[in-house]
Amino acid sequence: MRKHGRGRGFAVVAALVGVVLLGAGHARAQAKEVVIGFLYPMTGPSAQIGIDALNMIKVAMDIVNNDVNINLPLGKGAGLPNLGGAKVRVVAVDHQGKPDIGLAEAERLITQEKAVALFGAYMSAVTNTASQVAERMGIPFVNADSSSPALTERGFKWFFRTSPHDGHFSEVMFDFMRDFEKNRNLKFRSVAILNEDTTFGTDSAKVQEALAQKFGRTVAAKIAFRAGTTSLDAEVGRLKSANADVFLPSLYTSDAILLTRTMRNLDYNPKLLIAQNAGYTDPKFVAEMGKQAEAAITRAPFALDLAAKKPLIPVVNEMFKKLSGGRDMADVSARAFTGFLTLVDAINRAGSTEPAAIQKALRETNLPADQLVMPWTGVKFDEKGQNIGVRAILQQLQGGAYHTVYPFDLALKEPIYPVPTWSERK
Amino acid sequence: MFTVPTADVLIQGIISGLLMGCIYALIAAGLSLIFGLMEIVNFAHGEFLMLAMYTAFWMYTLFALDPLLSVPICGGVLFVLGVVTHKGIIRRILGAPMLAQIFATFGLGIFLRAAAQFLWTPDFRQVSEPWVQGPVRLFGVSVGLPQLVSALASLLAFGLLIWFITKTEAGAALEATAQDRQAASLMGINTERMFTLGWGISSACVGVAGAFLASFFYVFPYVGSLFGLLAFVTVALGGFGSIPGSLVAGIMIGVIEVLAGLFIAPAFKYVAVFAIYLVVVLIRPQGLFGKF
Repeated sequence: MRKHGRGRGFAVVAALVGVVLLGAGHARAQAKEVVIGFLYPMTGPSAQIGIDALNMIKVAMDIVNNDVNINLPLGKGAGLPNLGGAKVRVVAVDHQGKPDIGLAEAERLITQEKAVALFGAYMSAVTNTASQVAERMGIPFVNADSSSPALTERGFKWFFRTSPHDGHFSEVMFDFMRDFEKNRNLKFRSVAILNEDTTFGTDSAKVQEALAQKFGRTVAAKIAFRAGTTSLDAEVGRLKSANADVFLPSLYTSDAILLTRTMRNLDYNPKLLIAQNAGYTDPKFVAEMGKQAEAAITRAPFALDLAAKKPLIPVVNEMFKKLSGGRDMADVSARAFTGFLTLVDAINRAGSTEPAAIQKALRETNLPADQLVMPWTGVKFDEKGQNIGVRAILQQLQGGAYHTVYPFDLALKEPIYPVPTWSERK
Repeated sequence: MFTVPTADVLIQGIISGLLMGCIYALIAAGLSLIFGLMEIVNFAHGEFLMLAMYTAFWMYTLFALDPLLSVPICGGVLFVLGVVTHKGIIRRILGAPMLAQIFATFGLGIFLRAAAQFLWTPDFRQVSEPWVQGPVRLFGVSVGLPQLVSALASLLAFGLLIWFITKTEAGAALEATAQDRQAASLMGINTERMFTLGWGISSACVGVAGAFLASFFYVFPYVGSLFGLLAFVTVALGGFGSIPGSLVAGIMIGVIEVLAGLFIAPAFKYVAVFAIYLVVVLIRPQGLFGKF
């Protein structure tokens, strides 16, 4: 391990000497490094998400800064060619999942650390405040994983989102219900919505309610609860009373664990459960609760089982596992990876660290599908800064692991319906 | 806005509120004991709970010891932690200004949380196959078996605690120290030893609660803050220093939480808890059973 580190250190020194000797005149005129501010939760309930994202970004930086032969943006060659081989450096800050800290740290990254662009911040509530700072100061903000639809409806000029939002995600749920009804000759009349009370859950529930009306389904219950609660007994009690055909929860990891246990204790058996990602796709949730949450469906922008159709996935996953101590990359890390490479690619095309040039390059982004680890048609932003190449998929827990079940053309397994009741399980 | 739940959902809610309330109460008991004894609020109390839950988790993971079996271990480990905290920190700040006392335990809490994240990562962990798990039928409704066992054990622990304080010599000495430190020391009671004992027992209570909680709740470095806040409210509602007060207040909070969630809206359940707390504190600042 240590030997390896020394070897790499030597390689870096040799490379620097080479740059000084060969390209001194040219390199001096250019920025030697490009600083990007990285805002994620590194402590608090969602700390693992931020730690995974940072490891994923280290993989991306390895690909960009070193000569890695892989079909990804900036894989070949070291550094950013249009900036004289400048390296990318990330300043990582911990916003603890708190919007006020996210705001203060965004300001510090721009003014003190001289970040040319910001990248973050997982939780929609924090992305909301941190991107306001970037907007005010005229610095590009790339978001890879916040799903509140409202974020790209603010008329911001410096905000770009590579990920699908809950509008796309929820739409796919309702598309699935419609197609599945036809396939199996079923009827889903009502839905019950359960959401945690931060920006993510609240906006997700709003979109789902609107879509339910659009698709002609009644909302039997719409229940908001305080995130990180000690008990969900009252909430599950209400859900039992409502007895809806489809149960749509939107919550983070800790609440997803508690919900699954409470559903079991109170014997609540929805026939179909479609979750809004977040907690349900946390690798820890899958590892610990995968068996108990059997047949739960979640929307996802990413799936490891797509490796059969996307050869990039296992390659990147192996690089990630070396840094993460064996954890597989998951939905959030894959999205962070894609968002970050999109940003770095734009900075390279801008050929400058001027914010306006990067903004222009981001607007002109057009990454093809084969350069992504995501099942998307590409990355291309509309005038609101939303990626229009997104495509959402649905996965179902079958035998403790997620398998893609929708859209039917990408599906690898048949959906299980109805969800087995608690008394039918061991 | 108001909805009326069906009868079985209501019964189920009340039962699970009662059960959860017993556990809230046991967590709060230790906090109340310390305050009654030496007028210090332990802001690291939630973190003590977190450490107890991790102890139970590691006993399970490393030695395949079920949380029910590690109850005495958690109690013992936390007893020692309490004693060490008293000897190492609390004893030195007894005469210090109020703010210094607050920051000492507050700082200890932050230290423990950060240390837990450093040592054990921020991942959510849980005891995957505890002995008691799953639901059980009670009065025709389904409730969690681990919750039922934990609640009964909490009541038992309360019984033991009250018996110890009212019926044993050491308990009487503890009570005497709480009532009047100087008079107690004039009567030949070693008050320093009583303080140490108080910290030990207080932490052991939270240790026992943590072991039971670990059998059905996830563990992570910040889990203490979820329960810690409720513990402070429980103590204030029940009366600082009153052990039976924390039992009644804990159960009240558990039940109010569920009822407000069922009748009004789950988003309002803590509003109801804190509203009742505010009313009690306004009318009776010393809390329901408080002496101060």
